[in-house]
Amino acid sequence: MIYFSKVNKWYGEYHALVNVSAQVKQGEVVVVCGPSGSGKSTLIRTINRLEDIKDGEITVNGQDIRGRHLDVNRFRATVGFVFQSFNLFPHLSVLENIVLAPTTVSGMNKAEAKAKALSLLDRVGLKAKASSYPGQLSGGQQQRVAIARALAMSPPVMLFDEPTSALDPEMVGEVLQVMKSLAKEGMTMVCVTHEMGFAREVADTIWFMDKGQLLEVAPPDQFFANPQHPRAKQFLSDLRSH
Amino acid sequence: MLDILKSNWEVLLLGQYPNGPLGGLVLTLILSVLGLALSFPFSILIALGRTSPMRLFRVPTTVVVYIVRGIPLIMLIFWAYFFVPLVIGHSVTGFTTLLCTLVVYESAYLAEVIRAGIESLPRGQIEASRALGLTYLQTVRKVVLPQALYNMLPSIVSQFVSTIKETSLGYVISVQELTFSANQVNNNLLTQPFQVFAILALTYFVVCFILTQFAHRLERRIHHRRAGTFIKRSPADDLLLQSE
Repeated sequence: MIYFSKVNKWYGEYHALVNVSAQVKQGEVVVVCGPSGSGKSTLIRTINRLEDIKDGEITVNGQDIRGRHLDVNRFRATVGFVFQSFNLFPHLSVLENIVLAPTTVSGMNKAEAKAKALSLLDRVGLKAKASSYPGQLSGGQQQRVAIARALAMSPPVMLFDEPTSALDPEMVGEVLQVMKSLAKEGMTMVCVTHEMGFAREVADTIWFMDKGQLLEVAPPDQFFANPQHPRAKQFLSDLRSH
Repeated sequence: MLDILKSNWEVLLLGQYPNGPLGGLVLTLILSVLGLALSFPFSILIALGRTSPMRLFRVPTTVVVYIVRGIPLIMLIFWAYFFVPLVIGHSVTGFTTLLCTLVVYESAYLAEVIRAGIESLPRGQIEASRALGLTYLQTVRKVVLPQALYNMLPSIVSQFVSTIKETSLGYVISVQELTFSANQVNNNLLTQPFQVFAILALTYFVVCFILTQFAHRLERRIHHRRAGTFIKRSPADDLLLQSE
């Protein structure tokens, strides 16, 4: 479903992504982990072209995302993206946040979009907050709304960029719960996260990155029990020591 | 002072109207409202140009803003007054001249206010909108401008307040706005310039003060609507909320 082929990216002199090649299959849940600054967020942001790549190729659903004839807006609508800092629109109510893209981008009529938004809100357990404004919600609630907002375009793929890193510890669970249920329903997901419990339980595959390189790709059992790359071993033992 | 006001309030408020052209405070307000309203769409376009990543849009708008901001308003008024009739071949009224000049002038200033509003939005807002598939223009219309304009509401009102005061320069090209009317009153009375101009100053002050207060109220109301509270807050709480 998503293919990376020899992807490279530089920030000036800094080589942010080094020859990354990998693939995500339909229905697969990939958790990208690694130390900070290892290029995880950059990698996930290249998928919907929030970051451009210097060379290499990325295809999503068979389309080259840098292709000449690709309508980038239409393409982005097919990739759900959840940010670390939620990025809800503060001037719109929860419901308006969710119906914005369906009504503006795919021309869905208001009533239909609203019905869909309410059912999505129900799914993330926030139906009662439909007319609230983002500023009235807790971080965990905001992130669940942000997930509902991304789902409103019915994307076949969801990308999560450290969705729980900005949350108070007691709110992490509610967001992970929503992500777990999505995974169970067969959503294709790429998640950058430091939640190793989530990775162990939900991921089909773990990608371990360091210094812009994808060093190890393994199923979670294997990755946590017996990491191959020395840098991954180091990373896991550092995690355990806390 | 009250005597002066009592016998001249009609001139100060309406100018010669209904026996002559409309003037006085009403004309001042009409000029200010029209000036700001007409410059609004231009200022949005200029602000978008100024924040555009494309040089094609950024350079010319930046040049316009710098030129207009680097020239005193009265110079623009003179130019419009003397040169526009030469260029278009017939004379224009003082009202039109002043209004057009105000639109040019306010567009540049308001554009800078709006640009500041756009640039103060967190990057994540635009990213989130683009990630949902909204185009640049849809993002501007639905996400950027509603927030930027709201955030800049107090500055926009203070720009309006400036505009009110700037219309007084219409005096030099005989636009019969408030200052012109006051001067007429002064010429009739001859002996009480201090009182007349004190009335003039007070009138400007009251109008502008009311507007500033109105802006404050408006700002708080929208703020509370967004935060979902209608309880009065102390300024300290507001600071706390804004920092979150």
